[in-house]
Amino acid sequence: MIEKVLKGNSRYWMWLAILGAFIAVGAICYIRQFNYGMGLTGMGRDLGWGLYISQFTFLVGVAAGGLMLVLPYYIHNYKVFGRITILGEFLAISAIVMCLLFIMVDIGQPLRALNMILHPTPNSMLFWDMCVLLGYLTLNIICGWVILTSERKQVKPPKWVYIFVYTSLPFAVSIHTVTAMLYCGLPGRHFWLTAITAPRFLASAFAAGPALIALACLIMKRFANFDAGKEAMNKLTTIIMYAALINAFFVCLEFFVGYYSNIPGHKHSLDYLFFGLEHHGHVYNNLVPFMWTSVFLCFGSLALFGYMKIAKVYTDTLMAIGCIAIFIALWLDKGLGFVMGGLAVSPLEEVVEYYPTANEIGITLGIWATGFFVLTMLYKIAVSVEHEVEGH
Amino acid sequence: MDKKRRKFLKVAGATALAGISAPAVVKLTSTPALASSGHGAVAEGQGNSDASHKQETPSGVRLGMVFDMRKFYGHPELMDKAINACNKAHNIPQIDSKKSEIKWIWRAPFNNVFPEHSAYHASESTENNDFMAVCNHCDEPPCVRVCPTKATFVLEKSGIVAMDYHRCIGCRFCMMGCPYGARSFNWFDPRPYIKEYNPEFPTRMRGVVEKCNFCGERLAKGLEPACVEALKEVGAITFGDLNDPDSEIAKILRENHTIQRKPALGTKPSVFYIV
Repeated sequence: MIEKVLKGNSRYWMWLAILGAFIAVGAICYIRQFNYGMGLTGMGRDLGWGLYISQFTFLVGVAAGGLMLVLPYYIHNYKVFGRITILGEFLAISAIVMCLLFIMVDIGQPLRALNMILHPTPNSMLFWDMCVLLGYLTLNIICGWVILTSERKQVKPPKWVYIFVYTSLPFAVSIHTVTAMLYCGLPGRHFWLTAITAPRFLASAFAAGPALIALACLIMKRFANFDAGKEAMNKLTTIIMYAALINAFFVCLEFFVGYYSNIPGHKHSLDYLFFGLEHHGHVYNNLVPFMWTSVFLCFGSLALFGYMKIAKVYTDTLMAIGCIAIFIALWLDKGLGFVMGGLAVSPLEEVVEYYPTANEIGITLGIWATGFFVLTMLYKIAVSVEHEVEGH
Repeated sequence: MDKKRRKFLKVAGATALAGISAPAVVKLTSTPALASSGHGAVAEGQGNSDASHKQETPSGVRLGMVFDMRKFYGHPELMDKAINACNKAHNIPQIDSKKSEIKWIWRAPFNNVFPEHSAYHASESTENNDFMAVCNHCDEPPCVRVCPTKATFVLEKSGIVAMDYHRCIGCRFCMMGCPYGARSFNWFDPRPYIKEYNPEFPTRMRGVVEKCNFCGERLAKGLEPACVEALKEVGAITFGDLNDPDSEIAKILRENHTIQRKPALGTKPSVFYIV
């Protein structure tokens, strides 16, 4: 099947070339960082994690989001998702590839990364995160490949593969739960120290993942002659709406706990993210516009999807606008606000603002491009197989 | 220093190094330019007998520190003296940027060192003076809990929270876990920023985390920690075994009301302050 990636029209090659250019820039930026050190990033002593880890966190969610397609299809036998379930599995693969790359560029001694395996440390959540991520990656490669191969041969998938399919369901939940545990078990980090972190992560993941798949479907409908079907798209919006609403509800709960309890440590990060935090006469508020953009995009897209449901209108354009809006909203919320907000106030209660450097952004874009490169090739295979089967 | 105390320090240091140096000595001496040739042999020579002797103590040695802040009030130069002694002893680079700086022991206002203590109606002495901040060598260290490679660990025989700079992958999870901001990361090669090179202690490379080690390498030689020694004549910092009822530090803790940083987090710091 792999040969399918080698045949494509000029648009396909153009798209890969654009991604390739970003990958090349990212690689050059990484070589610079590798030679000089992490000092080329905007991170510092008080702000030890930045864009890399926040992208990692967000993308673990995107990977877990595939569950929202796999689960209805395999557990509830929801046939409408038959054509796009494979997209969920392939999205998970490319998202985890990005996650692992973000971890690699974030560590100061990447050549020692194997120490994680050579000296396994069960008390560290990072160790478990590595385990579940590698496990989930393997499961999705097995499931995706075997099921697609069977489809191509027009036979039922072998029974044994369902063991892996069903195992992948709790694994999807576990990757994001363990990622949340990286944050929510740290004493002295008030913003992260909340039991709602894992459920909140999962809720936003179950909106962001399907939103990205829906977008991919719309793009492929336009350029690759692949139609997921209106019913499937409608069902995706329902899933996205519920998940985004639950995420918004959880965020509101954080506000209640912070401001009603009136405990300064619980309010600092929310102040910083949404209103600006005053410290020694200076107001720190560089993320405020982003967070409010996130709020408006989130509720805007919910309103749009709601309108589409109530008025029973469906157009690809409206769908695309809604999905882009919700994806950006959740990216701002988790891929930016969650990590930076938690770190803005240092353990010694100094406020530090984070500005990523150009080099850091170059690496980040390069990794996103790598992920989309892998995703494009995987989706190319999936769509080509569908076409081949339909051609018979 | 009286004989008993000197012997204790040797024991503590030797036990500290018995844990850390067994593999580390090889690594350190393998790069002659950066290694210290002397102390490894000392530790190995004394480590075995003394360590096994000390193990019989049921509660074990737990090293700790008391800062008598009363002696620092109005004398910030004393703090700088201790800080400089540490910088020199450990080849700590002097990087002039808050973003990339590396510090093992430093001074900061009361509100920063003790952010969870009330700042309302602060006394003049707490208002107008800096306080010393250093790794607390916690009994329940979150940094050790989160480290994915065991590059930071508790030395069971002394309670020191130590680092293996050769094991550290630089994920900075320990910096997230530490509620005291005690850890620094080498954002780039630190060696050009070392003012005065001390061959007795290894320098670090870029991409690893470092922090105060309670001068485990000096304890092995029977010396006190550099900061304690620097302020010896003032007696502003006391160092010793918290579990030994006859130790000077235990006596000071019995006789004075002391506070710890962020005790509510359950980390059980080994560093105490008389304010």
